[in-house]
Amino acid sequence: MTDWIDIGTLADLPLRGSRTLTLAGEPVAVFRTHDNQVFALIDRCPHKGGPLSAGIVHGHAVSCPLHNLRISLATGTALGEDAGCTPVVPVLLAGERILLARPVRAAA
Amino acid sequence: MEFLDPGSTLADDRPAEAAAPAEAREHLVVIGNGMAGCRAVEELLARDGTRFRVTIFGAEPQVNYNRIMLSPVLAGEKTFEEIVINDHAWYARHGIELVAGDPVVAIDRAARTITARSGRTTGYDKLLIATGSDPFIIPVPGHDLPGVISFRDMADVEAMLAAAFDGGNAVVIGGGLLGLEAAHGLTLRGMKVTVLHLMPTLMERQLDEAAGWLLKSALEARGQTILTGADTAAILGDGKVEGVQLKDGRVIPAKLVVMAVGIRPSVKLAREAGLAVGRGIQVDDHMVTSDANVLAVGECVEHDGQCYGLVAPLWDMCRSLADGLVARANPYRGSVTSTKLKVAGLDVFSAGDFSGGEGCEDIVLRDSARGVYKRVVLKEDRIIGAVLFGDTGDGGWYFDLLKKGEDVAPIRDVLIYGQTFASGGGLADPKATVAALSDDTEICGCNGVSKGQVVATINGGACSLDAVRAGCKASASCGSCTGIVESLLALTLGEDGMQAGPKTMCKCTSYGHDEMRRAIVEQGMRAIPEVMQRLHWSTPDGCSSCRPALNYYLLCAWPGDYVDDQQSRFVNERLHANIQKDGTYSVVPRMWGGVTTPQELRAIADVVEKYNAPMVKVTGGQRLDIFGIRKEDLTAVWADLNAAGMVSGHAYAKALRTVKTCVGSEWCRFGTQDSTGLGIKLERGFWGSWMPHKFKMAVSGCPRNCAEATIKDFGVICVDSGYELHVGGNGGIHVRATDLLVKVTTEAEAMHYAAAFVQLYREEARYLERTAPWIERVGLAYLKARVVEDEAGRDALAARFWHSQSFSQDDPWAERVAGADASLHQPLLAAAE
Ligand SMILES: Cc1cc2nc3c(=O)[nH]c(=O)nc-3n(C[C@H](O)[C@H](O)[C@H](O)COP(=O)(O)OP(=O)(O)OC[C@H]3O[C@@H](n4cnc5c(N)ncnc54)[C@H](O)[C@@H]3O)c2cc1C
Ligand code: HEM
Ligand code: SF4
Ligand code: FES
Repeated sequence: MTDWIDIGTLADLPLRGSRTLTLAGEPVAVFRTHDNQVFALIDRCPHKGGPLSAGIVHGHAVSCPLHNLRISLATGTALGEDAGCTPVVPVLLAGERILLARPVRAAA
Repeated sequence: MEFLDPGSTLADDRPAEAAAPAEAREHLVVIGNGMAGCRAVEELLARDGTRFRVTIFGAEPQVNYNRIMLSPVLAGEKTFEEIVINDHAWYARHGIELVAGDPVVAIDRAARTITARSGRTTGYDKLLIATGSDPFIIPVPGHDLPGVISFRDMADVEAMLAAAFDGGNAVVIGGGLLGLEAAHGLTLRGMKVTVLHLMPTLMERQLDEAAGWLLKSALEARGQTILTGADTAAILGDGKVEGVQLKDGRVIPAKLVVMAVGIRPSVKLAREAGLAVGRGIQVDDHMVTSDANVLAVGECVEHDGQCYGLVAPLWDMCRSLADGLVARANPYRGSVTSTKLKVAGLDVFSAGDFSGGEGCEDIVLRDSARGVYKRVVLKEDRIIGAVLFGDTGDGGWYFDLLKKGEDVAPIRDVLIYGQTFASGGGLADPKATVAALSDDTEICGCNGVSKGQVVATINGGACSLDAVRAGCKASASCGSCTGIVESLLALTLGEDGMQAGPKTMCKCTSYGHDEMRRAIVEQGMRAIPEVMQRLHWSTPDGCSSCRPALNYYLLCAWPGDYVDDQQSRFVNERLHANIQKDGTYSVVPRMWGGVTTPQELRAIADVVEKYNAPMVKVTGGQRLDIFGIRKEDLTAVWADLNAAGMVSGHAYAKALRTVKTCVGSEWCRFGTQDSTGLGIKLERGFWGSWMPHKFKMAVSGCPRNCAEATIKDFGVICVDSGYELHVGGNGGIHVRATDLLVKVTTEAEAMHYAAAFVQLYREEARYLERTAPWIERVGLAYLKARVVEDEAGRDALAARFWHSQSFSQDDPWAERVAGADASLHQPLLAAAE
């Protein structure tokens, strides 16, 4: 069973922007897109680890602030000519509240 | 304009002929010694000098003067004597009795008498009412306090001059023609003036939004504060005016309040006398009221449902009135009016209807470089309205075409370029019109390129618009001649010989950078979503290439007005620090001209220790860079640096980075000028200005050039006789030495040229284009033409730069320290384990 964590409301996120939090020791970037959808990725670019949360959000993608790789928010994979992938954190919208799935740990 | 010159009198100077003894003549009594009343008398005297004995009653103590010239009197450009139309000798010569300073208070139509305030009663055979208008006073609390005045007559001007005598604050309520002229005059007289205007744009009845906006910025550049959408709630003060309170609670201090919110035809007398009165006194085509013995003329009348507030219609009315009195038919058919604002140096013209609407077509020309905006509105191939700003030379011509209702289809395509241009061809086909132009006709006004030069450039191998722009600069500035250049390309090469347009900005749009910027200014687009909507973006919210570019173009186009979009900025400009490869940030405080103090150094050292910054480094630009600061700590670091008096160094921004200096004449044995001092002045003047890319400056005190000024975007080399200004240097991957732009003799000139150069770069370089590639693209000759050879253009550029700077020098660190955008720096949850 997925463990959902309430991290706040839509209003806590800037439109076309992102904020971060640490979840189970991992940096997570939570994005809000132009159409008020919410996505979450591990905040680490597959290229050289740039903080995706600091990138420019456009459509359902973010451009990494370090070398401009474009990453799909829905899948975490690099778009266009580039390759690479960062893990996606599942998001659930419950009314105004945003819930994140706690990253799965290796089964005990 | 004819109405600007009503000072000429019509009646000749012959003395009243003694054909009939004066007492035997019919008695014409005129109420109102203003512009229409006296003009009517002049017209009448010119037709029949002996029929009437004339008595004029005037509420004002003066002789007949030119009311529209009160503005220049207020501004100190004219004296009262210079605006008198008819002096006492004129009244005497024509046997006219002037009863000045004694207003008429009643008309008895049955007895055919009028009574003045003094009690004097006079009989009439014909009565002419020319009482003009009353200024409208908005009945807010405090409207009757001493210090609240209108702008209508000489007494008002005298009151304003008395108040302006020792300066202070003034508020003008109303941003129409009168209000703006009052504001201008008071500003020139040394008052600090705020204009409150209820509507979103100035002079909205005469100007469209774009021209209203240009006007606003031009006036602001002259030091006025203009608040649009400002609704007055009350005038404050105890016994005299002390300020104005707006409905939103703001209070603007003022010792003088000028109300210029509109006029109402002055109809009280006529109404009390039982004459037919609507909005004004109703008259027929010969200015006769509902009583055959009573006439009325001027602003107080309503003709065919229309009231007028300008002088031109009065002249027409007065002619019809005089002809009617001497039994000659010459019916008045109403007037189309045009307005000109009489504020020195600001040319604003408007005529007819420009509200647009069904079946209307607009032709618009915008030349941002010259601050020109022209709009002509057509309906069924006839001009129905025109708005001109910045260049009103063709106002008369358009107005003439409008009044005549002339079919302009044959000259439609060149109409907007004005009479000289249009009459150069006058042919049906625009291409034929262009073909018919002589070789030395100037095509590109910005860069002074003739048709011959454009054709030579095309024949020399330029097959596209861009190539022509690069080759001879035609259409490379404001772009208003683009259509003509394209016609020339087609004419010279044939349609097939032309090449496709420039590279697009990004995949989201079919526009290139230059066209985009032009479209933003021409169409007055003011927000990123608006641009994307109007220019058919193919993505919902752009991408990381076009959004920062658009954000910059809008910021540059609408200083003080456009609200920066944080989410369209690269992270460095969003967080006001430089992101490093590990996701931490580096912080560079500003050190003006590279000069620092023990206190600043101590504060930096303290920050380094307090936040465990792993490194501090001296940069190539003479600054200290503190590395390894976490996003969460940025505000605290800035707070500490702010406390020591330091502000953001913008080492992260597409803006002025540093001004590197050497020690110059203050210390160095070779120094010729105070290079450090000039560097500090430059940095203080130019910091905070957003640019297409980063921008570096340097000042060296002599040609040994220790500050390496010749690899900067703008570099100064001091020499004994002044300052060499160099531009377009770059120390990056492709090292480029600067080009010498010009040599000047004073620091002030150096600052002035720097401002003009930077503004040209801001306005015309593409986003992310450094000065070096920009200059390679447009050519040094072009820069010299714009910045060095064109003095007026240089002044205008510099003025726009300083105007823009008046909005950009807020320390972004201090704003964040004060709490702005705090969420940008903080995690969503302190810990979500
Ligand atoms: C500052 C200013 C600038 C202007 N600039 C322009 C411009 O650039 N272009 C333009 O076209 N127009 C301009 N106008 C408008 C123009 O001045 C008027 O349209 C014109 O003066 C109207 O003429 P009038 O004779 O109807 O009224 P007025 O010139 O106002 O004359 C009416 C006279 O009647 C007197 N009067 C009123 N009641 C009585 C009474 N009961 N008894 C005796 N006398 C009485 C008044 O005191 C006044 O002297 C401007 C007006 C002002 C105030
Ligand atoms: C005869 C020739 C020269 C003399 C006498 C000279 C003298 C000086 C002096 C006195 C300074 C100290 C200025 C200060 O304290 O800010 C200085 C600084 C410097 N000089 Fe020169 N210089 C000469 C030529 C050059 C040349 C050819 C260069 C190379 C471009 C150069 C590069 C520099 C640099 C980079 C600095 C440091 C400036 C700074 O960043 O503060 N100098 N020089
Ligand atoms: S540039 Fe000239 S004035 Fe400046 S430090 Fe070097 S030698 Fe001295
Ligand atoms: S680290 Fe993201 S593009 Fe290089």
